[in-house]
Amino acid sequence: MIHRLFARSWTRTLVAAFVALVFSIAITSIVLSISGFNPPSTFQAMFEFGKEPDSIVNTLNKAAGYYLSALAVAVGFRMNLFNIGVDGQYRLAAMLAAAAGGAWSLPPVLHQLVIIIVAVLVGGLWAAVPALLKVTRGVSEVISTIMLNFIATGIIAYLLNPGRLAVQLGPNNIGTKTISRSGRVPGTPFPGTDLKLYSLLVIAILAGIGFWFMINRTRFGFDLRATGLSQSAAVASGVDARRMVVMAMVISGAIAGLIGMPQLLGESYTYSLNFPTGIGLTGIGIALLGRNGPVGIAFASLLWAFLDVSSQILDFNDIPKEIVAITQAAVLLSVVVVYEVVSRVGQRIDQRHVAAQLGEVAA
Amino acid sequence: MIEQEIRTPAPRTGDRERRRTRMLAVGGGIFIALILLRLITGESDITSSGTMGATLALAVPIGMAALGGMWSERSGVVNIGLEGMMTFGTWGAAFASYFSGNPWLGLLGGIVAGAVGGLLHAVATVTFGVDHIVSGVALNILAPGVTRYLSDLLFTDEKGGGATQSPPLPSFPTWSVPGVGKPLGSLEKHHWILISDLAGLVRGVLTNLSPITLLGILLVPVSYYLLWHTAFGLRLRSCGENPVAAESLGVKVYRMKYSAVVISGALAGIGGVFLAMVASSNYQEGQVNGRGYIGLAAMIFGNWRPGMVAGGAGLFGYTDALQLRGGAGAVHAMLLLIGIGLLALAVWRGYRRRVVAAAVSAVVGAGVLVWFFLTDALPREIVTYSPHITTLLVLAFAAQRLRMPAADGMRYRRGGGH
Repeated sequence: MIHRLFARSWTRTLVAAFVALVFSIAITSIVLSISGFNPPSTFQAMFEFGKEPDSIVNTLNKAAGYYLSALAVAVGFRMNLFNIGVDGQYRLAAMLAAAAGGAWSLPPVLHQLVIIIVAVLVGGLWAAVPALLKVTRGVSEVISTIMLNFIATGIIAYLLNPGRLAVQLGPNNIGTKTISRSGRVPGTPFPGTDLKLYSLLVIAILAGIGFWFMINRTRFGFDLRATGLSQSAAVASGVDARRMVVMAMVISGAIAGLIGMPQLLGESYTYSLNFPTGIGLTGIGIALLGRNGPVGIAFASLLWAFLDVSSQILDFNDIPKEIVAITQAAVLLSVVVVYEVVSRVGQRIDQRHVAAQLGEVAA
Repeated sequence: MIEQEIRTPAPRTGDRERRRTRMLAVGGGIFIALILLRLITGESDITSSGTMGATLALAVPIGMAALGGMWSERSGVVNIGLEGMMTFGTWGAAFASYFSGNPWLGLLGGIVAGAVGGLLHAVATVTFGVDHIVSGVALNILAPGVTRYLSDLLFTDEKGGGATQSPPLPSFPTWSVPGVGKPLGSLEKHHWILISDLAGLVRGVLTNLSPITLLGILLVPVSYYLLWHTAFGLRLRSCGENPVAAESLGVKVYRMKYSAVVISGALAGIGGVFLAMVASSNYQEGQVNGRGYIGLAAMIFGNWRPGMVAGGAGLFGYTDALQLRGGAGAVHAMLLLIGIGLLALAVWRGYRRRVVAAAVSAVVGAGVLVWFFLTDALPREIVTYSPHITTLLVLAFAAQRLRMPAADGMRYRRGGGH
């Protein structure tokens, strides 16, 4: 009975996610109680605020970036390749794409397409640097991508200067030249609020479907998963490990290039000092939480965005809204531990089941 | 770190002597090259006592992270969470020193906070068998969230404090070796070849020392002694080489790994204490700024051995000091050294018949030299990140004859080897 329930990997994932969620709510409640706040009323305030139409729109818009970011990370994770550099890749891509979109004026559709293509190319190329360093010089991609994040920050700071790629946008803000109307993507209205959904949420959904197809229905995806499960076995069966590293990294960077697009074409129209940063690092957590699968990541990014948005209300109640950072981190740390435990328990149940069946045959 | 080219050098007698001589020769050679560079370019900050002092100061947090990484990886646990443990260390130092008014309790607080981070990593990786990098990354996401929350709770009502920073903290006394500062200072002002440069080096290293700097320097030989000359160290390293064999000989592998990772966290915590209380006067969010990762690079550069690890930390500390003090001009002068160095590397590789590698080095070296002669200064925004660029270049161009612990990063389960 238990064996049948545990036989499917998705039930294991679900159990792990549920346990982790309960655990992290418990941790959060303990922290809140120790700090002298009332946990139930805190959660209620967040939930009440989070289900208002304004908050729903903000949550969905935020989740789009998180989702793309986590997908980018997950491509690498599937073959034990750690692209920590998604953050630098998407910021550099968004900045250069915004600059290109502001500098060139093209007919609609083509204009948006060009901006997105520039972003994808920049993201992919920037991700190719650590890939090439890894396959030619054996440099760990973990360290090189982290260093490239810092270097990307330097390059952006250098280019985002009046006289180079930036113009003065206000007394305290500079950014790339604003993208004209032909390059923008109008938002989709949502009932009950004046805020608009990013229409480029579609990109995130398409990327998710594409990700699923690539991983599960193509030779590349098969090789990717095989390499992740056992590199030596994959190499022995004819997978070119170096080529896989470069391709996975470039694809990851290309998806990273998309992260800034819903925000850029749907709301900001310029890469300024206010452009959201750090989405790439959040994506790592969300990919881990969603077990590197397109559906799991979708739930994880919605949860993460919901916590971000609904926590805004807490400051009004004099509770530090950073409490959600603790919730998020606790979810993350507990989910990796719980999943490890659940899969080990599952394995043991499998083994016992097989042993029992063999025993029956022998008798 | 995970797939570096591995060549096991055959252990020979006199190996240690030779390594020591080679390290001294390399160090001396670099210093002479820097003197020549100062003469050619006229950038006196290249060997000034200020830069040398700053090098030492900036090398301490990186070195502590690197040493921490070495402890952990010698026991077979990859510790990418050093960044988070340092963050805990900065906050712990601020909390303990501010509320007690005693800087020494701040040191203790930082060590404890870092060690708690290490303990978390150990629980996840050793007890639960979570992938080491996954756990480390999770820890790096956890640390800023926790410290932000705690700061908001504890520092916002204090004068000068807030959600992103602590109030000013009590400071450590600084020590100078008596009778060194003045005479060497006047010697340094003359800009005599070699003498003034040496004066700058000695004065920078012997004056205005904080106790944490001394502690950091002391911990290098202490780590070496503990890991290579005690039974505890031998057992700990055996867990990083072959845990199953160690287990069969009666070594308590889990206990060894736990000790190593907690010590690793404590060392990272000391790095955090330095950043919060010596390098600045209070805790600030984002203060660690990638130094945990740079420390890991220094550890790889140092081939998982304490002397070379300290050398790697010195290298990154120097680039950081140079960009902070000398600014765009001094870093620009470095281009000349890098270009010539790469050309020399190209000649060496050509001599060893490694044509492709030689060509790459030659092209990059020539490019750097052209860059040097065509420009007067480097853009300030990019110079800020010279330690990070150096890290990348060093990992890419340094000889890859590295040998990491054989079972580094591998999952180990007790009794799993039969």
